Order: sequence, then structure tokens, then C-alpha cells
Amino acid sequence: MIPATICVVLVCIGFLFFIGGAAGIIRFPDFYTRMHAAGKGDTMSVFLILMGLATYQLADFSLANILVAGKILFITIFIMWASPTSTHALIKAGFEEGQKLWTPDVEKEDSGE
Amino acid sequence: MYRLCIFLLLFGIWIIFSGQFDGFHITLGILSTAFITAISSNFFFENRSHGVANRLHQIIRIPWYLVWMLYQIWLSNIHILRLALSPIGMPEVEPKLVRIKTNLKTDFGRWMLANSITLTPGTITIDIKDDELLIHSISNLTTEGVEGDDMERKIAAIFERETTN
Repeated sequence: MIPATICVVLVCIGFLFFIGGAAGIIRFPDFYTRMHAAGKGDTMSVFLILMGLATYQLADFSLANILVAGKILFITIFIMWASPTSTHALIKAGFEEGQKLWTPDVEKEDSGE
Repeated sequence: MYRLCIFLLLFGIWIIFSGQFDGFHITLGILSTAFITAISSNFFFENRSHGVANRLHQIIRIPWYLVWMLYQIWLSNIHILRLALSPIGMPEVEPKLVRIKTNLKTDFGRWMLANSITLTPGTITIDIKDDELLIHSISNLTTEGVEGDDMERKIAAIFERETTN
């Protein structure tokens, strides 16, 4: 019962971060800031959701389930490895292609005209 | 000795992934692990001059570093969440390009620093040229965070002990 509760709480917090990431992709002003929301909201939320699933697995304690939890841990490590790499690749491509950097001042000039 | 370490490491991963302990699967595991070790063990570690004590020290310290990283990611993720859900106009969003110098010497240390910076929400490493990192930061708070050298000192303490001591 307690592991199931922990699992639900972790997964729900993970979803909250996912919602933040999705809202950020739509609402942030330019390419770079959107990359922040797209690449980063995921790391923490995926981590929390996978930890929730691992907890759920470990509720029924046996060697096979420990191994499954270990595999989930490997997925987490892989995501923490791969996510920054892909984010960096995208943002570097955008930077070299010459995407404009948004600043609050630019916004004021635009609305003033 | 080096190859034996790689073999044991890979075999441990095989055990976790397969989850079968009968003779057939163990034999397959030994065969495939030996094959991989034979053809590609040279790629795993570039610098093999570290002693066993040094490697053990790294193995003990890395989990602590990961836990600290998770705490940092947690803090700044909440910050990004607040920014994303803030009212129209987003007064706190002030993107900036920051250049920082690093004292890390090895490629691996620099990679670790760049990866950690990108992993922390609010800051993305755009480019590394020698010892200068070009970083995009989303608000003043994350800019302050990346300009401090907390992360760099922690990485140096783990991976570049000889040069720091």
C-alpha cells in the first residue's frame, strides 16, 4: 500500500513538471528559451516517473523485480546522458544558423512602433 | 588487468539486463562479453594511468555528485515551472549569453561540466572553445547560478585530483 502511494505521488509530480514544460514550449518568446522548456522539463519529470515505477516494482520484493528496477535505473542514467546532448545539438545548430536572441528590450521597441 | 576490469564491468551489465542465471545464458554472456572486450576495450577509458585507489575514490564520489546534481535540477526545475506559468509578459525572463572560463584541464572534465550545465534547467551550453564555455541562460537567477564555480570545483575534486591537490 505504501509503495503504491509513493509511486502515485512521484508520477503526479512528474506530470506537473511535464505540464510546465509543455506550457513553456508554447509560451516562451524565442527559440532558445523554448529549448529550455523542451529539453529540461523532461529530465526531472522522466526521472520522477521512472523512480515511481521502480518503487512500484520493488513493492513485491524478489530478485527478478530488483533486476527490473535496475534496468529502470539504467534508462534514467541514459536519459540524463542523452537529453543534454540532443539539446546542445539543437541549440548549437540554431545558434550557428543565426536565430535572433530575444531580450525584454526588443519587445518594448516592437510594441512602441 | 585493464581488460579484466572491462570484462567484469560488461558482464555485470549483462547479468542485470538478462536476469537469467542458467548455464546457457551465462555461457552466452561470457562469450559475447569476451568478444566485445577483445574488439573494443581500447575505447572505454582514455587515461589509464589512474591507480586503483583513485578509481575507487571516483566510484564513491560520483553517486554523491549525482545526488547533488539532482537537488540542483530539482531547484531550477521549479524555477522554470514558475517562469513557464507566470502571467503574460513574463517579467522574469531575461535571456542572456554568458561566457565563462573553466580551469578544468581534461576533455572528460570539461565534457562533464558542459553536460551538467545543460542538464540543469535554465542554462544550456552552446559551445566550448578551449577553456571558454558559451552558455545561454534564461533568467538572472540561473545566470548567477552558472557564474558561481560550485559545480566546477566539485567536478575537479572528483576527476582531476592530481592537478588540484
